[in-house]
This record gives sequence, structure tokens and C-alpha cells, in this order.
Amino acid sequence: MEQTTDQPAAAGAGIEALAQAIERLVGGVSRLPSLAHELAYRVEPPRLLEACRVLRDAPELRFEMLMDVCGVDFLQFGREEWLTTGATRSGFSRAREINAPPDPDMPERFAVVYQLLSVTHNARLRLRVVCPDTREPIVDSLVQIWPSANWFERETFDLFGILFRGHPDLRRILTDYGFIGHPFRKDFPLIGNVETRYDPERKRVVYEPVSIVPRVLAPKVIRHDNRYEPALTAPELPR
Amino acid sequence: MEANSPTTAAASASAPGNLAEIRNYTMNFGPQHPSAHGVLRLVLELDGETIQKADPHIGLLHRGTEKLAESKHFNHSIGYMDRLDYVSMMCNEHAYVLAIERLLGITPPERAQYIRVMFDEITRILNHLMWLGAHALDIGAMTVFLLCFKEREELMDVYEAVSGTRMHATYYRPGGVYRDLPESMPKYQVSKWRSAKEVERLNETRSGSMLDFIDAFAARFPAAVADYETLLTDNRIWKQRTVNIGVVPPERAMALGFSGPMLRGSGVVWDLRKKQPYEVYDRMDFDIPVGTNGDCYDRYLVRVEELRQSTRIVRQCVDWLRKHPGPVMINDRKVRPPSREHMKGDMESLIHHFKFFTEGYTVPLGETYAAVEAPKGEFGIYLVSDGANKPYRLKCRAPGFAHLASLEEMVRGHMLADVVAVIGTQDIVFGEVDR
Repeated sequence: MEQTTDQPAAAGAGIEALAQAIERLVGGVSRLPSLAHELAYRVEPPRLLEACRVLRDAPELRFEMLMDVCGVDFLQFGREEWLTTGATRSGFSRAREINAPPDPDMPERFAVVYQLLSVTHNARLRLRVVCPDTREPIVDSLVQIWPSANWFERETFDLFGILFRGHPDLRRILTDYGFIGHPFRKDFPLIGNVETRYDPERKRVVYEPVSIVPRVLAPKVIRHDNRYEPALTAPELPR
Repeated sequence: MEANSPTTAAASASAPGNLAEIRNYTMNFGPQHPSAHGVLRLVLELDGETIQKADPHIGLLHRGTEKLAESKHFNHSIGYMDRLDYVSMMCNEHAYVLAIERLLGITPPERAQYIRVMFDEITRILNHLMWLGAHALDIGAMTVFLLCFKEREELMDVYEAVSGTRMHATYYRPGGVYRDLPESMPKYQVSKWRSAKEVERLNETRSGSMLDFIDAFAARFPAAVADYETLLTDNRIWKQRTVNIGVVPPERAMALGFSGPMLRGSGVVWDLRKKQPYEVYDRMDFDIPVGTNGDCYDRYLVRVEELRQSTRIVRQCVDWLRKHPGPVMINDRKVRPPSREHMKGDMESLIHHFKFFTEGYTVPLGETYAAVEAPKGEFGIYLVSDGANKPYRLKCRAPGFAHLASLEEMVRGHMLADVVAVIGTQDIVFGEVDR
């Protein structure tokens, strides 16, 4: 199936040169495994601002644009909802929670991922910052470096509860006025906690606990596919 | 629009020489305002009629698409992508299937790539027609809206013929497209509203295959674009409403995370189709229009020229697709279901079919960011997989989100009526902003 390649040619050729420049110029970064045409780094949280300033201003790098900021919650990373081993002996365990629930205070639970773009050098870069404290996840805000970070960080705060130190206006953005909780956390139920309806007696919209029962419609299954086995046994997993 | 808090611009000019105490108006714009392009609530602070502050409140259309995708198989979420930016449906699908394909390490057959490029450009025309009509209507030019929707309807028929639905197509699949282009177009029927003569005229270009129909459309569409331009480009009122409104210098446009026509309107030569080509865009011959002043008028000119350039790409794809029949889906049975005949004929295929649609396929451990040049700008999908049959985290990078974030900066100092022009020029669709 090698008719054409959809990998960006320009980005693929210079990716190692770019990696060398980053490792020479930027402090506090360590390379993460990535697909062949992509480049990803993990940044030490205290040195995030310093690293980003270099990434934006150094003439070899010139990442003028911050395209995206997004939070990731690693609470259930790699945890199946339906074990497939041993199925023949006792039948399948139908979509039940089979593992012990994960510890919500586990270390390195929250990460913030930044997608950078250099228009000058036509290059992309992904940065990942892992929040040092899970109970109070906080990282530095990048608004002063890239103004586009403003709303993206508000969104990450709203959906994941990750705080951004130095953000000028860290309000909720996507959820309802007066919403409680951070809905994209993995321990926030998909059906939510409250539902609304119009109460004709009180003549206003009221909030009540959800009445529907949570269901897993498609259990999460991890099959150890031989084609991808080298990726699974790689020395460092991408988290 | 109504005055929310009747804080008056009252003067307490009791004694001569005392400066009048003038306070600003706070106005509530939307969320049910026809020019808000959906459900945008804007809290505006006005000094007279001049905007001092604008605070967009978004999220009224937040459906948690990304969270929903985490609870479904990879293929189940393709349809959700259509509903993000609901006027450029297939481009959203494209970014999503591209991300899955990169993680799986598969490449669709060449014909599927051409079909995708063709439909991406048809989608761009659809989006820009919608934008042009709505933007012109907002600023007061009614005719353009009707003309745009007339052409748009033809392209909607193409969507319907290829996928079965006019808008939310769910046509792209990881590994190709759902099916090959149809050999015939649906035709109008004589009814009590349509005479035989009218039906004959409407069906004139529908007698051949879909490619014939698209070709006929592409042949006459540049004349339609010229019509829109006749109505707007040199129109005195149009220029008064758009020239020097919402000016964004190129450095600022980059700092604010602009992409697509918003970035090119400011004079930055940046188009993913040229700079980081995906599918077969590197074989296409087309030009990238850029603006010089970064105002609403330049962005209008950029988008209108993109209509012409997209038509060029569509014609090139039609020519290629006519000459090169072939598969439109990769032959990897891990990502495509067995054919109907096999499924009905043998047990293994039936099991395979069942497992494919109930459990799906697993995607190897890893993460990727796949971006396409959607009509509104860079639409990107950041996909994290932990090796399961569902995405671990899916993030849609919507161009409109970054554009709307800069609304305050673009409207500050302008008049109230210019807010509508700036919202229009940003080409905001709340499906993708709120997700």
C-alpha cells in the first residue's frame, strides 16, 4: 500500500536536525517517543516558561504559534474494562468493572499537552508537562508568551481542573454557569451528576441528581496485536 | 439586542464646570441573535456606540464530543466529527480518520485519496458559500445569500448521492472511504410544483455519473463566483462595512493562533495543503491567495478566491478519477468489515463482522496530532491511544475557537454594528467552538 506518503515531507526530513537544535538550546526537556514524522518533548514544570520563550524566540526554532493546549487525565491509562484472557474457562465477564478502582491521587495523573507550530521553519512540536501535584494540579500559564493560550488554558481548567499560574482570567468557559466538577476527568461519569428539567410548580428550571443508570455500551478491550508488539515493548511508553 | 442593565449614561452636570459622570452601557448580545451565527452570548461594554470590552460567553452548544468519543469505538465517532463544524463536515472527518490512520500506520488507496481531496474541496466550496451568504446577509446584502444557497444545494445533492445524507455524511473511514462514487445522480421528478419542462432543465446535468455532474458544476461555478463579486467586490456599502474593520497585523495573527483564511488575510503565506501536504494535495495545481491589510475586506477576497481555487482542484480530481478506477478502501481486514456476500456465506466472516462492529479494532499505543486545512483554518485531532479499541483521549483543535478568542481584540474601538461584521469575517460555527 505504498502509493503515496501522507507524511509531511518537509517536516520529516529536518526532524532530527530540529531535535538537535532543541536539545542544544532548550533546557529541561527530554524527548518522548513519537511517530516517525513527529517530535515530542517532555518539559520539566519549573522550566516551562523559560523553555517556551527559547522555543519561540531562538532563530533556529521560531515556534511562533501555539496551536492547541489540552489536558490529559492518565487515571485509566491502559486499564481494560473487559479482560479477554481466561475467557474460555469461565466465560466472558460481561463489561464489568473488573479491576480495582484506580487511585485518584496517583502521581503524574494530569498532563498538559501543547502543540506548537513554526511558520518560519514549517515544523511542528508537541510539548508535554506533567502536573507535579495531583491533588492540586497547577502549571505555569503561557499567555504571556502566546496570547492564544488564553482560552485554551481556560478550557483545560474547566474540563480538567488544572490551574494555570499567572493566567489573567481563569474562568470556566465551556460548561454551564454554576457547573460543579471537571467533566473530562476520567472519574467524572459520562452521564454527569445532575440533570435539569422545567418544574411547572416552581416555574423555573431545576437541577436534580441524574436518574439514568450508567452503562458501558462498548467495553474497552486491549488486544495485544502482534503487528504492534514492538511498540508495546518499547523501552519508554509515551506517557 | 436589548440593554441589559439600564445603567444610564446619565449626567450629573449640576454645576457648570463639573465633568459629567458618564458610565458605560453593558449590553447583552445573543445567545438568540440572528447575527451571532449560532449560540454566542456576548457581553459588550459600550461607550456610546463604541465597544470598550467584549466578553464572549461560549459553551451553550457544548456536548462533550471528546468525552463521548472516549466511550465509543474508533469508527463510531466518525459521525460525531460531522457535527462539530456542521458546515464543513467531511473535513472534520478527514482529520479524525487521518489521526487513526497514522497511529495504525496504514495508507488508503490512491483513488480514496483523490476522492477525499475532491470532497474536501467540495466541502470548502460549501462552507465558503454558506459563509459568503450569511456574512453578506449580516451586513445587509440579501441577494448574495439566495444566490449562494442555490449553488450550495447542488453540492448538497452530491453529498447525498455519495453518502446517503445531505450534511452529516460519515463517508470517510480509516483506510479509505465508505464506498465508491455512484454511477448515477438522483433526478428530480415531475410534481404539482415542478412542471415537466422545469424538471428537464434541472435534470440536464444529472443524466450521467456523479463525476459528470461535478464536472458540469465546476465548469459553470466560476461564472457564479463572478456574479457574487459583481454584487460585492466594488460595492460601496460593502466596502464601507468591511475595509479597515477588524485589522490584524501578521505577527499578531500568528500570536493569536489564527489559521486558514484569517491568517492568510493578514498576509501570512500559510496553507497546510501546500506546506504540509496530506493525501494527494502535492499533486494538485492551485494557488494560495493572501491578503495585504488583514481587514474584513481582505479576508473576503481571500475566501472568494479560494472558491475558484477549490473549483480548480475539484476539476483535477475529476479528471484523475475518471481515468483511474480501483479500490477505495484498504484491503486490511483488521480495519474493514467483510463484504456482505462473505458475511452471509461463511461462519468466520460472520464472526469477524460481529466482532468488528461490537468490539472494533485496537489501535497501537501512541499519540499523534493530525491537522487538515479545513475551510475555517487548521482543524487538528490530537489522539492518544493506550492500545485499546477506544480512543484514550481525543482533542479537537477547532480553528474557530482560537478566532473567537480574539474577538475582543478585533472589535475593541469599533462601532456596535461592526461586531456583526467581525463575527461574520471570523466564520464562526458553534458546533466546533463548543464541541
